[in-house]
Amino acid sequence: MLFGINVLCLGIEGTAHTFGVGIVDSRGKILSNVSKVYVPPKGGIHPRDAAQFHATNAKPALDEALRQAKVKLNDIDLIAFSAGPGLGPCLRTAATAARALSAWLRVPILGVNHCIAHVEIGRLTEGAEDPVTLYVSGGNTQVIAFDAGRYRVFGETLDIPVGNCLDVFAREVGLPHPGGPQVERLARGGKNYIPLPYVVKGMDLSFSGLMTEAVRKRRAGADLRDLCFSLQETAFAALVEVTERAVAHTEKKEVMLTGGVAANRRLREMLKLMAKEHKAKFYVPPFKLCQDNGSMIGWTGILAYKHGVRYKLKDTVVRQRWRTDEVDVPWRRGQ
Amino acid sequence: MILMKKGAEADLYLDDFAQVLYPLGKGKVVVKHRISKRYRVPQLDSQLRESRTALEARLFADAKAAGVPTPAVYEIDRVGMKIVMEFIEGKQVKIILDRLTPKERRGLCQLIGRQIARLHKAGMVHGDLTTSNMILTREGKVFFVDFGLGEYNPSLEARGVDLHLLKRALQSIHFRITDEAYRAVLAGYRREFGKGASEVIERAEEIERRGRYIPKEERTWH
Repeated sequence: MLFGINVLCLGIEGTAHTFGVGIVDSRGKILSNVSKVYVPPKGGIHPRDAAQFHATNAKPALDEALRQAKVKLNDIDLIAFSAGPGLGPCLRTAATAARALSAWLRVPILGVNHCIAHVEIGRLTEGAEDPVTLYVSGGNTQVIAFDAGRYRVFGETLDIPVGNCLDVFAREVGLPHPGGPQVERLARGGKNYIPLPYVVKGMDLSFSGLMTEAVRKRRAGADLRDLCFSLQETAFAALVEVTERAVAHTEKKEVMLTGGVAANRRLREMLKLMAKEHKAKFYVPPFKLCQDNGSMIGWTGILAYKHGVRYKLKDTVVRQRWRTDEVDVPWRRGQ
Repeated sequence: MILMKKGAEADLYLDDFAQVLYPLGKGKVVVKHRISKRYRVPQLDSQLRESRTALEARLFADAKAAGVPTPAVYEIDRVGMKIVMEFIEGKQVKIILDRLTPKERRGLCQLIGRQIARLHKAGMVHGDLTTSNMILTREGKVFFVDFGLGEYNPSLEARGVDLHLLKRALQSIHFRITDEAYRAVLAGYRREFGKGASEVIERAEEIERRGRYIPKEERTWH
């Protein structure tokens, strides 16, 4: 692979319920982005079932991504996969697919950190240079900002992710899957704010007490619309407060929102207001790229490869607990 | 000083405010005004501002009584959401920590650890232990100047979170010296807290392992 020549990277995402394949070129063009999402028949996500879903959907997703991008498998120059953090069985399925493709095509393979990929795809598509990023999904809740050579976590949940808080609440009160959008829809009809536990600890957050109390209030007869409204207001105010603290601390002038919960209009509105008060620009990537996707893995793979990151086969073991601040990011060196 | 009244157990004097508290003539005060946030729903906004203002003032007083230096509180305005307090002359620990010699740093971190232990033993947690909230004065005292997220909570969990937060702050701001600084904090903490310190430290470690995308069935081992 030579510099100056356009390079095609195939990114494979498989950290949780989404199996995604994206094809991205080194000029930053997203040629295709295919996602297959596992929906559990009932209850929460079971890692083994999700991994089985990924294995079944790997081939169709790959074929579809190649077709959409109008390229052949042989045109691919580089394979990137989500090496972590995530659910072990899912990660291993994605890694196996990536290793097989890399060996078959005889092209380099790279492991990519899922959380950092979320930030990088937003920097690519939105043109954000150095944002404080609030990354909120069913599996993650982090405030990430670049500082002294690394992406550092300025705040995160101490227990459950905010998406999980909304989903479990929805399930417990009998709302259909997916819970988040249902809560948002009902919240629009809510008028009365019902006080709920608001937990910010330094820069970190906690949502388990909030979720339990909201469920309890519902069982005690609280109006569902008011409760959805109050749940969102409480959880999101805490998210925005922690993001605001990171903005104040780092004095950065950009705020970005990503992850599945970025679909929520109220959260967008609140963050936008906060950003405005700090005279910061506010970005949200297109929703397909806020959700887990293969393109973000592919793009981050290109960034890493261009800056000298190389993986041997033995480096491709998955890392379920791969911390955002453990990752070397040579493509932002000197910033 | 003018003697106002000679009592049975104590004498009462009348004196100028700044003369007593700031004999060097630096009678500066800090006004902490909790501002309204437009992104929050009004009820939640005023609830948070009010409760944090009142609670913070109480924590300042109780922490001081427990042997943790804090600014003196002169006025609490619950309607205007303001606290008027003493201005602490000194250096932010955030700015100096990396520049100290290893020995100085160890001493400072041990002192911080001891003060956290005093707070915990008195039933309080700070809720926002970062080096930007700590001021080192010329006499070598470390003032904790922000109790905005503190609470009265004697639980193991709250104490563990407190220590975990400090570690997180060290990791994000003082990443070059995180380990040695945190070790010294824990040494000071152990000495002051005495029996039960290990339990708190273990809980802090357990908290560190949580919330990290770890499936339930994998949380107990590893």
